[in-house]
Amino acid sequence: MSIQGQLNQEQIAWRAAQDIEDGAYVNLGIGFPEKVAAYTIDGREPIFHTENGVLGFGRAPEKGEEDWDLINAGKKAITLKPGAAFFDHATSFAMIRGGHLDVAILGALQVASNGDIANWRVGDKGVPAVGGAMDLVNGAKRVAVLTDHVTRDGKPKLVEACTFPLTGVGCVTRVYTSLAVIDVDIANARFVVLEKLPHLSMDDLQSVTGAKLHVEGDVGALQVPELS
Amino acid sequence: MNKRFATAAEAVADIFDGATVMIGGFGGSGAPIELIHALIDAGPKNLTVVNNNAGNGHVGLAAMIEQGMVKKLICSFPKSKDPKAFTDRYLADEIELELVPQGTLAERIRAGGAGIPAFYTPTAYGTELGETKPTAEFDGKPYVQERWLKADFALVKAELGDPYGNLTYRLAARNFNPLMATAAGKTIAQVSRLVEAGGIDPEAVVTPGIFVNRLVEVENPQQEEVLNQAEARYP
Repeated sequence: MSIQGQLNQEQIAWRAAQDIEDGAYVNLGIGFPEKVAAYTIDGREPIFHTENGVLGFGRAPEKGEEDWDLINAGKKAITLKPGAAFFDHATSFAMIRGGHLDVAILGALQVASNGDIANWRVGDKGVPAVGGAMDLVNGAKRVAVLTDHVTRDGKPKLVEACTFPLTGVGCVTRVYTSLAVIDVDIANARFVVLEKLPHLSMDDLQSVTGAKLHVEGDVGALQVPELS
Repeated sequence: MNKRFATAAEAVADIFDGATVMIGGFGGSGAPIELIHALIDAGPKNLTVVNNNAGNGHVGLAAMIEQGMVKKLICSFPKSKDPKAFTDRYLADEIELELVPQGTLAERIRAGGAGIPAFYTPTAYGTELGETKPTAEFDGKPYVQERWLKADFALVKAELGDPYGNLTYRLAARNFNPLMATAAGKTIAQVSRLVEAGGIDPEAVVTPGIFVNRLVEVENPQQEEVLNQAEARYP
């Protein structure tokens, strides 16, 4: 099935940003999840954490203004906001594992209905690299995933059981996809649809999802502004 | 007391073949480039290196790997903008990799410095990085047992140092440096400015001097990103 009007990455990031509360401590994964910062809601002030020991960083510096001692986990130059703090790596991961982060937002290869996530390795070829992903999925109060609903060749990314190597078990609490917002009921291993694109039927959504979708009460309309 | 060494070469001269060496930094931030280059000049072989990454380009840790000095790397993320030095050797089976989740790596080093031989963490439970390790349940949740990590030497980069070895760090260049300073038999620090005793506010000391054995002043230290933009190579 080809799907019209799927959300692009900016729109998925915008939708995830709507759920970040004022004062929340937030870690955004490298790449796609970093886009969430740009859609912070006026009047809310989330505090962004990066694994390499900074709380309270802001936008990227202008080109030529980089200080390479001041980078994020993606090794990109950052700037500080007033009230920022530095700390060593053990303290940084105490924040993560100790349950002090309100939300970690990551990308994923697959998410299973029991909350398992695979996002660090496709197979056993090449050089494996894990970084902080396995710590983040086990520590933050909320673990949210941003992803296209299906792979480039149309395979479901929301599945009954992950086939790629796991990053963590029973940890993802919400998935923001190009078609829907879906909660993970980890205890009962169920995907629960919160919102879907208005023109999409539940049958359409189910047909591109690799595990049974559940509904509790009303399914909201997933409505986002035009962004590119 | 004076822990000062005149040159980086003297400070790293006794790092021996087969030693385990922790190297501070996260990517280029906090990487002690001058100490690493002095170690390349000294040329010990069969080293086990502990670092978050595996080098970038052809300077620093990447250059050490290119020189064939590293037998085994313990790290969390052996990828970078230009990871060729490590990747080629890894794919040719010329270097051993122990991949460790980043927070586990940090805590293993912290534990090594704190005299804690093992600890339990939720990280990597149920994954291939945890599958050979003992597990246990605490309050109904499963955890993986991880062991401390210690080294013969640690190479760290700091901002200010005094003759007692007290250190401060600059911006996010702190990262693994204070942890590694605690976990090695001999900790060697390059500092951008060596000040007199009393020149660092005791309330601002991040690494107390008890953890530091040797200090070398390196004014205006080189930065990996800047070297890579200039396509530098070492030696």
